[in-house]
Amino acid sequence: MIVLEHVTVSYGTGTGRIFAASDVSFRVEEGAAFGLVGESGSGKSTVLRAIAGLIPHAQGRVILGGREMSTRRSTAERKMAQMVFQDPYGSLHPNQTVDQTLSMPVAIHRLGDSDRRISSVLREVGLGREHRYRYPHQLSGGQRQRVAIARALVLEPRILLLDEPTSALDVSVQAEILNLLARLRQLHGLTLLMVSHDLAVIAHLCERIGVMSNGSLIELTSADALASGRVTHPYTRQLLRSNRGFDRSGAEIVDAAS
Amino acid sequence: MSTALLLSVRNLRVTYPGDEGDLVAVRNVSFELGRERLGIVGESGSGKSTTGRAIMGLVAAPGRVEADEMRLGGTDLSSLDESGFRRLRGKRVAMILQDPKYSLDPVMSVGQQIAETHRCHFRSTANAARAAALEMLAAVHIRDPERVYALYPHQVSGGMGQRVMIAMMLIAGPDLLIADEPTSALDVTVQHQVLAIMDDLVRSRGMGLILISHNLHLVSSFCDRVLVMYAGRVVETCAAGELAKATHPYTRGLLASLPELGRRRAELPQLRRDPAWAEG
Repeated sequence: MIVLEHVTVSYGTGTGRIFAASDVSFRVEEGAAFGLVGESGSGKSTVLRAIAGLIPHAQGRVILGGREMSTRRSTAERKMAQMVFQDPYGSLHPNQTVDQTLSMPVAIHRLGDSDRRISSVLREVGLGREHRYRYPHQLSGGQRQRVAIARALVLEPRILLLDEPTSALDVSVQAEILNLLARLRQLHGLTLLMVSHDLAVIAHLCERIGVMSNGSLIELTSADALASGRVTHPYTRQLLRSNRGFDRSGAEIVDAAS
Repeated sequence: MSTALLLSVRNLRVTYPGDEGDLVAVRNVSFELGRERLGIVGESGSGKSTTGRAIMGLVAAPGRVEADEMRLGGTDLSSLDESGFRRLRGKRVAMILQDPKYSLDPVMSVGQQIAETHRCHFRSTANAARAAALEMLAAVHIRDPERVYALYPHQVSGGMGQRVMIAMMLIAGPDLLIADEPTSALDVTVQHQVLAIMDDLVRSRGMGLILISHNLHLVSSFCDRVLVMYAGRVVETCAAGELAKATHPYTRGLLASLPELGRRRAELPQLRRDPAWAEG
């Protein structure tokens, strides 16, 4: 469903050129869930944005649903992969009601039957009729993230791209959103690509996991391998240790690198 | 470890008046702190940050702080006015906030900001303050203090910014450090480095530490004792290492809702809130 071949994304030119992602290759089968982990600046969100078509990739191939994506995407190509952003406070238009936020993509893609689509997608993400005409500030963080997920789903995409979808939420709300995503994946046979810095969250939802550091994919592994500690790259080991709570040995390695 | 009592809080209440009646952010919170590391965990809106701010005298009007007792060492905090708190803050109790990008002054070099704290509290000369700031930067493991002294906040990384914050907060030698989500804006590997530095300094100076966080793993692995807050109340107090054996349904629910490596569940148990927890 998603194939990346030697994808490179860079900013700037000449000596000021920065490679945000270099030579990243992986594939995700239809209906599978793939996770990308890494720290800020590791390029994980860059890869996600390149797949979504939000930033152009300089080299390599991005193939979605068997079609190679060019710099300009058709409406149908855009409809196929939809994205949910990290911060539901920042990603929803503050002056538009939930209804307006959801009708816009339906209108742009000329899907028609807007009313039915919106009420059914709201039901799917666990929001009621009473939420439909509210503004984002009248919703809780978890409800906003449900709206953001509904915004992506209303176009009936085949791929859902998730950029840290739960890191701005409390753990009890995080559990609700993770359950919702798992259920929607089942229901629609969605292919998920999720980015997070939280190994436990990634391993919960995704079977296969890529670890990124400094713009490169340094290890391809599975949730099972992570859980049993069968990882090869020292950086992955360190991430794994850090996720298990405060540990001084985790601190010292970084000191050497900073 | 808690030989000398540093802080005692009895029945702390913080209220914000509103159009539809008063909003009680903190209700009857009581705890004592020695020279130890106390963690306060809870979700957003549980009152954990407000508790920390009340101790610092940072609850702005029209918010009201009331307590039967609130003492820091020999000082009665509930009787202090703003100028009394200003003398206290920095010198006796200091606070580290979440994101160094927002809590440092963007138009002043980081070194000057640290030196300013020293000058305020010790009326020191510019040279002495500079020397003290450089020493403090070295104490938070910054390799080249002279170079970093002249940098502006936007020129330092998150981890370095938070170490600068620690330097600034500890330079006046407070007895109590309140760290409100000090590492939530940092990458996991850097988090531990910052915590280790904070821990070393707090221990070697014999200070008390209150770590406010939403991260249960972090608090249970770092602190000595943990208070769990829900809806403005402390619902449970336990030894940090025993958090896994917590008994309150809220704490248990929070722990259960965390995804865990090596324990794959098709569905995570969702927290069912009992209105009785808020009444207690």
